[in-house]
Amino acid sequence: MVEPVLQISNLVKNFGALRATDGVTLDLRPGEIHALIGPNGAGKSTLIHQICGTLRQDSGTVRFAGQDIGALGVADRARLGLGRTFQVSSIAPDFSGLRNVMLAVQAKQGSSFRFFKPVMRDKTLIDTAMVMLERVGLTARARVPAAELSHGERRQLEIAMALALGSKAFLLDEPMAGMGPEGSKSLTRFLDTLRQEAPILLVEHDMDAVFALADRISVLVYGRIIATGTVEEIRRDPTVRTAYLGDHA
Amino acid sequence: MILNRETLINLVLAALLLAVPFAADALGQPFYITLATRIAILALAATGLNLALGLGGLVSFGHAAFFGIGGYVAGILAAHAFSGEPLLFGLSGTKQMWVIWIVAAILSGLVGLAIGAISLRTSGVYFIMITLAFAQMVYYFAVSWPAYGGEDGLSILVRNQFPGVNTMRPLTFFLICYVVLLAALGLFALVRASRFGTALQAARQNEVRVATVGIQPYRIRLTGFAISAAVTGLAGALFADLNRFVSPSMLSWHMSGELIVLIILGGTGRLFGPLAGAALYVIFEYALGGLTERWQFFLGLILLVVVLFARGGLLGLLAGKAKHG
Repeated sequence: MVEPVLQISNLVKNFGALRATDGVTLDLRPGEIHALIGPNGAGKSTLIHQICGTLRQDSGTVRFAGQDIGALGVADRARLGLGRTFQVSSIAPDFSGLRNVMLAVQAKQGSSFRFFKPVMRDKTLIDTAMVMLERVGLTARARVPAAELSHGERRQLEIAMALALGSKAFLLDEPMAGMGPEGSKSLTRFLDTLRQEAPILLVEHDMDAVFALADRISVLVYGRIIATGTVEEIRRDPTVRTAYLGDHA
Repeated sequence: MILNRETLINLVLAALLLAVPFAADALGQPFYITLATRIAILALAATGLNLALGLGGLVSFGHAAFFGIGGYVAGILAAHAFSGEPLLFGLSGTKQMWVIWIVAAILSGLVGLAIGAISLRTSGVYFIMITLAFAQMVYYFAVSWPAYGGEDGLSILVRNQFPGVNTMRPLTFFLICYVVLLAALGLFALVRASRFGTALQAARQNEVRVATVGIQPYRIRLTGFAISAAVTGLAGALFADLNRFVSPSMLSWHMSGELIVLIILGGTGRLFGPLAGAALYVIFEYALGGLTERWQFFLGLILLVVVLFARGGLLGLLAGKAKHG
């Protein structure tokens, strides 16, 4: 079996008496889109926070790209290649989209302690950033302040930043949230190609997108994974149907 | 390249600041030269703070500590040079400005590094309060240190020297301060446009985003804070030489507040914001101060208007919204 890129084992996180993550074991294999679904309050956000490093697990391990990252901070995990987008897009609003991506490029080059060379005359930064913007289809909007970008464009911008990091895995937190039907469709097509770049852990409520994209689906309910399997297996699973899918399947 | 509006305004401001002392000198009015020198030095101190506050979004309420440390470096080194008593480790004092500047900038920068290392673990109101607390510690240390005048402060009998010129001549000293200010503004512009400046400004706009691309916001901010402290410390050394006097009042929280006010008046994060703010502040102080002892009340009103209706300060009004590339 190919070694998974991301391997989460027996992860536990308590908030007081509440067990938000209850022994979660989950892996992400090369080339796949692994969707994580579950009702509101199931602990999806808590799990994501522990994967990307904003929260520390109480017990269990998180392995990424062959090493235990459970004790690392957000920036260190990102440098190892964990690319992430947020439920509410996270961008530097005063900067143009281009300069946002350039920030990611300079981080990837490992050189933020340069004080004198103007970035806007730095061809290596600009050219690399423009390639990333082109890949997500934002070339025409590159010089617009990020605050003025539409919801969908900000999502594309975040993905461009994750691409610029040379991510070994993408962690996408509800990328379809707030997108119109057209936006969802084109984003679905884009993510379908993105998996060739690196595997995607996709946390998503939009079942059409999940069923269209996912190679495997894990269902999180009350902090536990109640089922993991292919789209067909999950659709047929009786516990999943009662817990979550209802008549959607 | 066509000059944009902000660059044009900046050039006009710089030219005005240069023109006034020459006119005053020609008309035999040295007082106005002193006023312009005061503007230049306060603008320099605020340019230092602008690195932390304007670019990094770090509302330091303790920059008087660095301003005062710079001032005391000038005072103490000069006092030892005058008395001939050796300083620490057998080193002697000096009356050379450029040596004093280097010592002032390095010492302030190091203290900034220490204060920043602890303060930057907090944010928001806590950061404001902890920087204030550190500055007050330095203040009370100076007050209770009799060797260098304690509460009464320390006089610099003759202004420190700069090779080849007579610093006691007001116009000459103004020009020294003016050149240092321009150099600091040049540094600010370079840093703002650099990779470091990009990361520092991004950390102000969105800390999570910076961490998510793999840059530690803490290290970026700490470096920015130390540079900021060094520049403000350099201004303190010049300020002591302007007044030929340094006292704990340079270290007081009023001074920290004044620096913040300068920046808000002029335009936060703008290259020439500190200069515009310092000019406004000193002119208000002089004009209103001649009319009423309670000029600060009116300054408060003006500040209120700026905060409520002109968020970008004077430069925001004149040059429009800042552009970030």
